[in-house]
This record gives sequence, structure tokens and C-alpha cells, in this order.
Amino acid sequence: MTFDPGAFVDAAAAAIDLPIPAEDREAVAANIARLHALAQDVLAFELPPESSA
Amino acid sequence: MTAALGAEATAVAIAAAVKDGMPARAVIDAALARIEARNTGLNAFTAIALERARRRATQLDEARARGVAPGPLAGVPFGVKAMIDIAGLPTTAGSALYRDAPPARRDAEVVRRLEAQGAICVGALNMDEFGMGGTTENATFGTTRNPHDPTRTPGGSSGGCAAAVAAGLVPLAIGSDALGSVRLPASLCGIFGLRPTRGDIDATGVLGSGGTISTLGPLARSAADIGLAHAVMADRYDAPPAQALRVAAAGGYFGERLDADAREAVARALHALGATRVVEFPQAKRARAASTLINASESATGKLGLLRTRLAQFDPATRTRFLAHALLPAQWYLQAQRFRRWHNEALRRLFADVDVLVMPATPCVAPRIGTATLDIAGVEAPTGPMLGWFTQPLAGTDCPALTVPVARPGRLPMGVQLFAPPRREAWLVHLAARLESAGVASSPVAP
Repeated sequence: MTFDPGAFVDAAAAAIDLPIPAEDREAVAANIARLHALAQDVLAFELPPESSA
Repeated sequence: MTAALGAEATAVAIAAAVKDGMPARAVIDAALARIEARNTGLNAFTAIALERARRRATQLDEARARGVAPGPLAGVPFGVKAMIDIAGLPTTAGSALYRDAPPARRDAEVVRRLEAQGAICVGALNMDEFGMGGTTENATFGTTRNPHDPTRTPGGSSGGCAAAVAAGLVPLAIGSDALGSVRLPASLCGIFGLRPTRGDIDATGVLGSGGTISTLGPLARSAADIGLAHAVMADRYDAPPAQALRVAAAGGYFGERLDADAREAVARALHALGATRVVEFPQAKRARAASTLINASESATGKLGLLRTRLAQFDPATRTRFLAHALLPAQWYLQAQRFRRWHNEALRRLFADVDVLVMPATPCVAPRIGTATLDIAGVEAPTGPMLGWFTQPLAGTDCPALTVPVARPGRLPMGVQLFAPPRREAWLVHLAARLESAGVASSPVAP
């Protein structure tokens, strides 16, 4: 599954009713892409059962 | 005793002089004169509490004349990051959104505690907007400059705090540290900076303090000043360690992305402490990722309304970051918090076998203001995240960390971090004092 930061920004912003100015969209998507990469690293880590929330 | 009026005076020296009869009013007037002389060039202070500071100093002198014993911080001038309430001044958090806010009606708890022990708040210090940044380049309040070289950044986000202390305007400042905002500027400005045990410092009256990462911390020019300030802030006076501490270097991640200056600083600290062992800090890269995600999510908390209605007033350096942070999926945040709990347990196991870890504080010395990216050890990355490379993995931990300035006469400052189990700040201060005694750590006032 390929992650599309721009599409994510559009969908998530609509979901919380947060207007993203056109001139900011690219920079917001770049930030999301950077955080997505960090999230993948965290999500890939297998936590032992005793750490379940 | 007149040394207490100079820029080199530490908080401990000032308090001792005031206890011996030096008027607190003279100390405060001297500090205000230094601020008047140097702040225009540094842009460390964004607001000065002139009349308030003079009034409190006079009150302290009058109380002493009546026989009231001065506190352990008697007459010590201090500043606070602009997100910390000072009664009578607007709390701006470095943002145009709060520049014209009504004055705070009461002091933040940390200000109250310090002043209850005799310290005197003289003003608010510059920061990246809402603490979101590592260079204190602020569109509303201007750029703060490093006193050791004004073409260079002091680091951030508590850059005003670090610059004010490094320049000797005040001996003590209170900043906040989420991903490294005390420890990073302390390293670049050549001073001590403590991130205390998470949850130990009352953040009442601090704008944007609702997250689970950030904590208030002191910046100063001596280990003793850090110990004293922390004791007052935490209302906890810990004994020094009863036995020799087991010190080790943090290996792996902490030995990879740093330049020759940072590598030399760590080696000198380790040698002075007689540490030869190297241990692996568990999952440092993931710990950095988790801390960054948690801090990003929490930084947007409470700002959704402002982002919807007053976006244009956000600093251009932060607005697209806050917009992105507001969009993060809950599962990213929750999984990062789960990892964080696991990580703190892993550290607890690590600290069964070692007492204090030594590691770099920053990968390089202060870059020039406006530097967009840094290339360290063949890896190029944006300046802010790169400067925080070694502070960020500790941000989600419950443990205290202290930046110690390594003595480097004639060269730009560089610090190292000391890292200990929760509530072992006294161990960190003890080792920092050892490094001072050995001549390996020092924090001379920037000329």
C-alpha cells in the first residue's frame, strides 16, 4: 500500500474541518511524509504483550 | 563581595553575598544595567519586569533589615521562557497570537517557588513560537543570537534563556524541554541545562504545558546553581550519591552521527570520569521517532480553533508544522505512547547495571543563523531535527538529563549529556561538579 501524503492531508483536514491554504499544502504534506516515516518505524516494532495498553 | 554585582557571579555566590549584607537592590540594578547594555544585540529578553524586580529587591532588603533570614536564592536575578506566567506581563509563548494578551494575573508556580526562596524575576526570554523549533528565529520577537558568536544561533527553543545566561545577563533562567529545548541551547551556548525527571516540576501557569513530554528546567553557569535551582523548583533536596557511581558511554546511535568536536567532548568527559565501559541505549532511533510523534500530536492540542480562524498570525516557521500535527492519526500517537512505556521499562533494566550514561548533547557546534540543513558524518538533514539528534531519544523517558559545557577556551561551546534514572538529579549534579573540579567543564561568560 503506497502512502500519498497530499491525499492524506486533504482527507484528514476535511475530517476535522481544518482549511489548508493552497500555498501551505505542499509543506504540510512534506511534514506529514516525515512524520509518516517516523510512525512506520514505531509501528514496525513488536511490543511484548505485557506492554499492551 | 562586589563580585556579586558582576556578570561572572553565579547564583550561589550572589545568594551568599546577599546573605552577608550585599543589598539585593544593588544586585538587581547591576543585572538590569547588563540587560540594558547587551540585550539589543542579543535579543534574549522580550520583556523586562523592571519595576517589579526593583520593588521585590527593595522588599527583600527591608525584610532582611527586620531580621528575616534571606532564602537560599536571595537576590538572584532570573528570567523565564516567554511561555511562563509573570504577573503583570502578557505571556506570549513567542507568538503574535498572544503578543497583545492581557497581563498574567498571577505568577506561574515555578516563579512563585523561586521568588519564595529569594530569587527575583527580571523578565521574559525569547523562544521559538510555542516551543516549536531549535534555533530561536522568531518572526514576531526577532532572532536571538549566540553570545559567543552573534552570527550563530543559540539553539532553541529556550534560546533566549541560554543566551541570557551565557552572556551573564542573569545567572539563572527557567526554560522548558520537550525534545531538547533546554539541553540543546545549553550545549550551543556553553552552559549547564537540566531536563528534570518528568512530572516533578509543577507547570501551573505555563502556556501550552498540557503534554506528556515537556518539562520545565533550569539553565545556569555552574553545577551548584543547577542543583540549587532544581531543589527549589522540585521542592526536593536530595543527598549526593553515597557511593561511587558506575558511569558508562552510550554507544551505537550516540556514537554515529556527530562531528569531531562532539566526539572529543564526550571522550574528555568519559576520561575525566574514569569511564571505559560502553553500553547500548535501547532502541534509540525508535525512541526518537516515538518522542517526536508524541510531541507533534500534543503540540497541536488546543490549537485547532486558532489554526482554523487565525492561521495567518502563526509564525511562518511553525504554521505548516502545526497544521500537519493537527492531522496526525490517533494510532500513531497511541502506538508511540505504548512504545514509550516499553522503553522506560527497558531503561529501568539498563539502570540496574549502570548509574549514569554519558552521551553527546549536540552533533556539532552552533551553526550560523539561517542555516537550513546540516551535513554531519555524511548525512544531510534540516537544522532543527539534526541539532536535536541526541536530545530527542531521551525526551519520552522519565529520566533526568543534564547538559554539561566542556571547557574549550577559544573555541565555540560544546556540551555533553549526563543521563540518570528518575529522581537522580543529584547524581548528575555531583558528576558535573566533578567535571568542573577537574577543569573539564566550565562556563565562562561570553565576552
